[in-house]
Amino acid sequence: MNPKRKKRLYIVLFIVFGVAVAVGLTLFALNQNINLFYSPTQIATGEAPTDTRIRAGGMVVDGSVKRAADSLDVMFEITDYEKTVSVHYSGILPDLFREGQGIVAQGELDSQGVFQAVEVLAKHDENYMPAEVAEALEKAGKMPMPSGQEFNK
Amino acid sequence: MVEKKKWLPRWFYQLASPRWCFQICGKLLPGFSVAALVLLLGGMVWALLFAPADYQQGNSFRIIYLHVPSAILAQSCYMLMAVAGAIGLIWKMKVADMVAKSCAPIGATMAVLALLTGAIWGKPTWGSWWVWDARLTSMLILLFLYLGVMALNSAIESESTAAQASAVLSLVGLVNIPIIKYSVEWWNTLHQPATFKLTERPAMPADMWVPLLVMVVGFYCFFAVTLMLRLRNEILRRERRSGWVRDLLLSK
Repeated sequence: MNPKRKKRLYIVLFIVFGVAVAVGLTLFALNQNINLFYSPTQIATGEAPTDTRIRAGGMVVDGSVKRAADSLDVMFEITDYEKTVSVHYSGILPDLFREGQGIVAQGELDSQGVFQAVEVLAKHDENYMPAEVAEALEKAGKMPMPSGQEFNK
Repeated sequence: MVEKKKWLPRWFYQLASPRWCFQICGKLLPGFSVAALVLLLGGMVWALLFAPADYQQGNSFRIIYLHVPSAILAQSCYMLMAVAGAIGLIWKMKVADMVAKSCAPIGATMAVLALLTGAIWGKPTWGSWWVWDARLTSMLILLFLYLGVMALNSAIESESTAAQASAVLSLVGLVNIPIIKYSVEWWNTLHQPATFKLTERPAMPADMWVPLLVMVVGFYCFFAVTLMLRLRNEILRRERRSGWVRDLLLSK
C-alpha cells in the first residue's frame, strides 16, 4: 500500500474507533436512563420516583388478577420474585396478558403504593414453539421459564 | 495490481473497473433473480401455510418471517455500505463509491419494512405500536442514518465529494450496528432477545426456523438483485460519456 493510501486507512480507522469509544462511554454513563422500566424491588425500596409518570415491569402473579364485573377495571400484582407491587388498570389488556406473563405498565404510584397504570404492555420471550410442543414440554416439566433476573438487570 | 501478488482470481480485480463490473453483474443477475424468486415464494408459502403457529401468539407470530429477514438485511446492507465507503475513501475506487450509493435506498427500504412489521406485530402482542426502548430507538436511528446518507449524496454536486462525505457519515454511523445487536442484552427492553444466535441452537423448533432461514437467504438474494440493478444503472449514468457505454447503447 502506498503511503497516501496508508494515511487514509489510518484516518478511517481513527474515525471508526474514535466514534465507537465516544459512543460507548456515553451509553455506559447513561446506562440507567436507557432501561425501559423499574422493577418491583426498585419501587418497593423507594428508588423509583412517586408523583411522576414511570414504567414498572414484572411478572403477573398467579391468581392475583381480579376483574370488575361491570367495567374494564382490573387489579393485579406484579413481581420480580423478591417484592410485589399492586397495579390498577382500566382498559383493554393486550392479547398476551395472562398470569405468569411478563408485562411493562406505564403510570404513577399513588399514596397507597398502588401503581395506577394508564398503559399495560405484554413482554414476550424469544422462545417460539407450536402448541403441541409447548404441551409436551409442560408435561415433562421442561418449559423454558424466563428467569427473575430478566426483569431486574 | 502487481503481477506476482495475484492471490485473488482475475474477476475480482476486474470488479474495480466499471465496464467489467457492469458485465459481471449482468452475468450474475439471472441466477440471483431465479434464486430470489424461488426462495421468497417457497419460503412465504411454507411460512404462512405450513409452519406451525406459536403456542402463545397464535398466527400473529408469522410476521416474524418478514420482520427478522428485513431487520437482518437492513443491518447487513449498512455494513456493506460502510465498508464500500471506506474502500472508496482509501483506494479512491469509483465502483466502491457507486456500490455505497446504491446500497442506501435499499437499506432504508429494509429498515422501514422492519420498523413497520415490528409496529404491526407489536400492537396485538405487546399492546402498543411503538415503545421508546433501546432496540426500537436504535433501529429508528439506523433509518435516519440511511436517510442522512441519501440526502448527503444528493445534496453535493460533485460526485467524488458526495461519495467522500457520505462514506464518512456511514463510517460514523457504523457504531450503531453493535448497539442494535446487543441493545436487548445490555438494557431492560420490551423487545425480546434474539431468536437466532450464531453460537447456539435457535430458540425455536426446526419446522419454525427452517422457513425463516429460507426467507433470510431469499431476502439476501433479492438484495443482491436490486443492488446489482441499481449498480448497473449507476455505472451507466456515470460512465455515459465513455466509449463503451455509447457502443452498448447504440448496439441495442
